Amino acid sequence: MKIEVVKNILDANDQIAYLNREAFDSLDVIAINIMASPGAGKTSLILKTAELLNLPIAVIEGDVASTIDSEKIASKGISVVQINTGGTCHLDAPMVKEALKRIKLEGIKFLFIENVGNLICPASFELGEHLKVAVSSVPEGDDKPYKYPGLFSKVSAVVLNKIDILPYIDFNMEYFQNGIKALNPKAQIFPLSCKTGEGLDKWIKWLESEAVNR
Amino acid sequence: MHELAVTEEIIKITIDSSKSKKISAINIVIGELSSFIDDSIQFYFDILSRSTLAEGATLNFRRVPAKLRCYNCKKEFHPDSTMICPFCNHLGGKIIEGEEFYIESIEVKDED
Repeated sequence: MKIEVVKNILDANDQIAYLNREAFDSLDVIAINIMASPGAGKTSLILKTAELLNLPIAVIEGDVASTIDSEKIASKGISVVQINTGGTCHLDAPMVKEALKRIKLEGIKFLFIENVGNLICPASFELGEHLKVAVSSVPEGDDKPYKYPGLFSKVSAVVLNKIDILPYIDFNMEYFQNGIKALNPKAQIFPLSCKTGEGLDKWIKWLESEAVNR
Repeated sequence: MHELAVTEEIIKITIDSSKSKKISAINIVIGELSSFIDDSIQFYFDILSRSTLAEGATLNFRRVPAKLRCYNCKKEFHPDSTMICPFCNHLGGKIIEGEEFYIESIEVKDED
């Protein structure tokens, strides 16, 4: 006997993501899911943003293991909670829900949720965030948007980090940007360098405008 | 690796839908852009379904190819790696198919 089901397999996750979203909204917090491959500069971007953005932030730090990143962030006096996924390659909504019990969000404007370094799995799991941001970096190559369309098609913004080393790498900026625009013409693209600070002003301006307009 | 979590969910949904009958097949729809791998789901399924109503069920995967609607000429096409519309050479299009990931139906054994 056949039974029609027609149920989204990620439904249970999405329902909890919805509750997370309600929790953020009730506190007037904007949650940003930061996704990237390992080493693209997620933590560096968060640290630089904390330095330059004149709004209070907090961080949820997702890692397979270790507390290296959360220690870096805490050392700057930023409120941070660590999630160790214990091998799982992405954050999901229940993990974020648990982490929210351990972080004070009153008075916070932006909650940065640093996902596990991975360009595949995090794209499929809604966390309840308002914005998804991909961080890519010059040494990874200009073809990443073409190889990981699932992620790049869903984000509101793409940060291209490490542009200070563009002179040493074959990186076609137009090809990279076209790969994003092909599936996601509305995405903002911010080429910048967390090391030299170049381009960070536009990224900060965008966050400030989101804080006002959202 | 993220197939582990979703396979747990697949088993839970099918058992909840099975009216407590033994499940013989699970029909799953996976879009080309959804990044889930059939073999990996099958691998976890074989382990996780043991001693449940879903044990021994056949997993049938229907893959849905990606389909874009060109921003310019509005024609639909299956993108190659360039993502350029084959009709008008414009770059990209709106994703209209390929992100599916759901259980379409299950088959259960009727009672003897």
